[in-house]
Order: sequence, then C-alpha cells, then structure tokens
Amino acid sequence: MKHVIFAEMRKLRRPTLLLSTMAIVTLLTTLFTFITFWRVGNPRGNGRRGEVVTAQFLSTPHGLVYGFNLVAFLLGIVALCIFASQTAQEYTYGTLRNLLVRQPSRMKILAGKYISMVLFAILMVLFSMTSSIGMAFALAGHAHVITTSWTTSAGITALATALGNVLLSVACFGTVGMILGLLFRSPISAIATGVIWFLILENILAGLISSTAKWLPGQNIANLTTGQNFTFSYQHSLILDAIYIIGAATLVSILFKRRDVAN
Amino acid sequence: MNQGQDLAISVSDLSKVYGERAALSHATFSVPLGTVCGFVGPNGSGKTTTIRMLLGLISPTDGTGTVLGHDISQPEKYLPQVGAMIEGPAFYPALSGRENLRVLASLGGFDQAIVDPLLERVGLGDRGGSKFKTYSLGMKQRLGIAAALLPNPKLLVLDEPTNGLDPNGIHEVRSLIKDLAADGTSVFVSSHLLSELQMICEHLVMLREGKVIFNGKTDDLLSAQQPVLIAKPEYAVDLNKLVDIVKKSGHAVTLEDGAAHILSPADWAATLNRLAFEAGITLSSLTSVLPTLEKTFFEMTGAGE
Repeated sequence: MKHVIFAEMRKLRRPTLLLSTMAIVTLLTTLFTFITFWRVGNPRGNGRRGEVVTAQFLSTPHGLVYGFNLVAFLLGIVALCIFASQTAQEYTYGTLRNLLVRQPSRMKILAGKYISMVLFAILMVLFSMTSSIGMAFALAGHAHVITTSWTTSAGITALATALGNVLLSVACFGTVGMILGLLFRSPISAIATGVIWFLILENILAGLISSTAKWLPGQNIANLTTGQNFTFSYQHSLILDAIYIIGAATLVSILFKRRDVAN
Repeated sequence: MNQGQDLAISVSDLSKVYGERAALSHATFSVPLGTVCGFVGPNGSGKTTTIRMLLGLISPTDGTGTVLGHDISQPEKYLPQVGAMIEGPAFYPALSGRENLRVLASLGGFDQAIVDPLLERVGLGDRGGSKFKTYSLGMKQRLGIAAALLPNPKLLVLDEPTNGLDPNGIHEVRSLIKDLAADGTSVFVSSHLLSELQMICEHLVMLREGKVIFNGKTDDLLSAQQPVLIAKPEYAVDLNKLVDIVKKSGHAVTLEDGAAHILSPADWAATLNRLAFEAGITLSSLTSVLPTLEKTFFEMTGAGE
C-alpha cells in the first residue's frame, strides 16, 4: 500500500498541479476573508448569501474561522475536480495498465490513490486555513475586530472544529470526484457532471422544491462545514452523506475490481 | 511454482468472448523458459487480448493459463518478475521521462537508483528530464521499453516494441532483446516486422481470427514450408518460355523482379537447369530458398489477400 501512496504522491507533487492548486486556494481564501473584514458591517452584506457580518460577531471565538468556512464549499469543488481528474486520467492516458502490471491488487491501487489524494486535500485545506487566519489578523485592526477571543481555548476549539468539518466536507467532495472518475473514466465528463450537479442542479432542485434539500448530497456535504442549516441537523447530514458515499464507493470499487482494463 | 516449471507461458483452451465476438478462441500454446518467442497474427487476431489476459488486465471467458508457473488468475504471484509494454507506451504527459519511471519504480518497490541507468540503456540518458509530451514516438517507445525493464524481468512481454522507431532504433531493440535473452530472460514479443522476428525468435506463436495456427520452433515452421527455386534467365525475353517449361513440368510459378519463383523441391533445380539448357535458355542464376517468415505468415493467415 505504501508503494502506491509514494507513487501517487510523485504525480500529485508536480509543480503545475501542486503550485497552481495552492495558489488558487490561497487566492480564493484570502479574497473571501478580505471581503468579510474589509466590508464589515456593510448593509449590502459581507458574508454568506448577503448576510451582514458585524465586527461584534467577528470578535467572538468563531470570528477567526468565518472566512475559512465561507470558502469551504469551493475547496470541496476543487477537491472534486482533482480527485476526478487524477482518477479518470489513468483511463484516458492508458496508464492504468502500467499501474496494474506493477501492482496487480486493484483494491490497493484504489486505496493508495485515495489516501494520497486525501493527503493532498489536507495540505490544500491547511494552506487555505493558514491564509485565512493570516488575512483575518491582518485586517482585524481595519475592521475594528477585537482578536483576544481568537486565541482563547474557545477560539482554538472553534478553529479545530472548523478545520475538522472542512476537512470532512472536502474529503466527501473528493470522494464523490473519485467515484465519478471511476464511473465515467473521463476527466471532463466526471468533472462536468460533478460541478454541474453540485453548483447548478442541486440549487435549482432545492430552490424549486425545498423539501428535497434535506436529501441532496451536496447540500448535506455543505452542511457539514458549518452545521448552520436550520432545516436539517449536522447529524442528519453526516449519516446521509456516509450512506450515499459508502454505498456509491462500494459499488464503483466492485466495478473497478471486476471491470476489464481494455484501453 | 505450481506447474509448467520449464515454461515461461502456457495457456490451454484460453478464450475471451465479447458479446457475440470471440476475440480469442480456445487458444492453446506454450513458450519455453529462456527463449525469445514471436507472437504474430493479423490485426484483430487476438494478440493484445491474449497479452492482457496474461497480465491480469482482463479475465478470460474460458480456459486456463500459467505465467512463470503461476496461474493467471493470481497475477500478483508472477507480475513482480514480469516486465511489459502493452499496446504502445502510456505515460503521464506532464511528467518527465525520468519521473514517469520513478512513479513506476515507487509502485513496484524498486530502487530509484535503477532509473537513470535504464534511461541510459534505452538511449534517453540526455532527455530523461524532458516532459513525456515533448517526446517523439520513438522516444516514447524507448521509455516504454525502459519501464518494462524496471523489475529486471524474468519474462519480458513486448507488444509492438519497434513501432515508431527508425532503423537504428529497431536495430537497438533487436540487440537489446538478444542481450536479454542471452542473460536468460524469456521474451514474448508481438510485432508486425516479421523479418525482425525471424532474426531473433527461436519460437513462434501464430494467431488467425482468434485461433492458434502455429506454436513451435521458428525453424520447424520455415523448414516445413516448400522451398522456392528462383530462376533468372540471362535474357528477359526468355522468361515466358521458362515459365512454360516449369508449368509443363507441373510446378506452380510466379514472376517476381524478372525471375521465376517456382514452388518445388530444391533437388529439382538440376532438372530445371537441364530443361532450360535444352530449350536454349541460359540461366544467369538459380537458387533454392526457404520462404521468409513474412511469406509463410501471408500463406498461413491469409493476410494480404
């Protein structure tokens, strides 16, 4: 298994992928955090869906991670794209046959690939969190935000909780990306399907029939980052996502194990 | 090892059916250890399907097989000793040749130190740092061969290794295969360059429409073919007269490059020489040759018809 992880890390650490991903993530995070703090208390909104976030709120232990939480959904979409492309490209490049000749255990290939991509996602999330914290401290003075509570035990707990939740949601989105990659065997199809579903179709569905939101995977994965959806709980999202992802992952794993590698 | 200890590859009744179409039908053949075995057949005859089954990439519909003595249903037992290049080289375009090999070396748990010597061995020492997407077809092919050599294989499976190579590259691959065979590596190589295979293969497996039509020593195949007498008259105007003489004697004849190619035993040459002389024809050359592998291939597979 460790050999598969090392091999996959070699692919993931190539500068064009690693640096561009970290640059995009840093840019998004700092931008979201910047807007939150720069436009603090602005009646036209500076938070999620036009929400007005005040200096008073940002001065609470949760203020430090507000910007980081804002970008979590997009981090998930980035993870989905990376997991999907890294998986599906083995089919389009024809490199899967090389991998399977050197490591015939398909489950080890799958598990090693998944673990290495999760490690990559953890790095991405840590990069994002660090940039958000840096930007928050840098702009706290301008926004008249008192940072004292950020470094208290409550602040550290809020930070750890946010980190854990964002990691969980990013891993969920990434897993969906890998599932789509295995299913479609084409990076473009896998990414397009995932992005269109999560960014467009789910929102249309939830907008048209609000009761469906409770059962939509993307809405529930997003709920894991904040637990702020008032119509369904964090626990509901956790259980539902686990059912969806474990079910789908089991199906595609069986498919991957049994399917002939003919390209 | 379980069975077939003196065989590199052995398959029995191996079949692969896709829907109504049999890509391979009840193939039975064996490849002795330590030999270079050519695997030939027209396009679509089932060569790549067979290779994929031997490497555990696709599962047979029916039949059994062993590679290095292990059942093909357990590829993990023999693949660490097998190097393979299937259907052309496939690598990550954004990675360098060296990095691509390192990925596979990591995956196989091989020492990374073997990568640079292998790049040197296939003539890519100075281009190892270039991205794979910048390689020419020949360079990609060389990298594929280097990847196949990573495990220092006991069995090397090469599918069309000379595709895209220039004559010099083809010569180098031939030398490489000969060197590996001399070191005891078994080589199973498919190619459409039959003249190349004839030069390096002691053993042949020939497929036609998913069925094995020959499995044995190359020499046995060629010597079983009827030799051809090539007779060239001194004057071209005598060629038709010579053809008439041959036909009257009951032998099949074709005209190629100003000479008569006659299907007949080698010892009929003396009779032909006498008959030509009696008809006033002087032969400038008269030689008996065995058909080439290419000719034999065309005859046996019906390819080119």
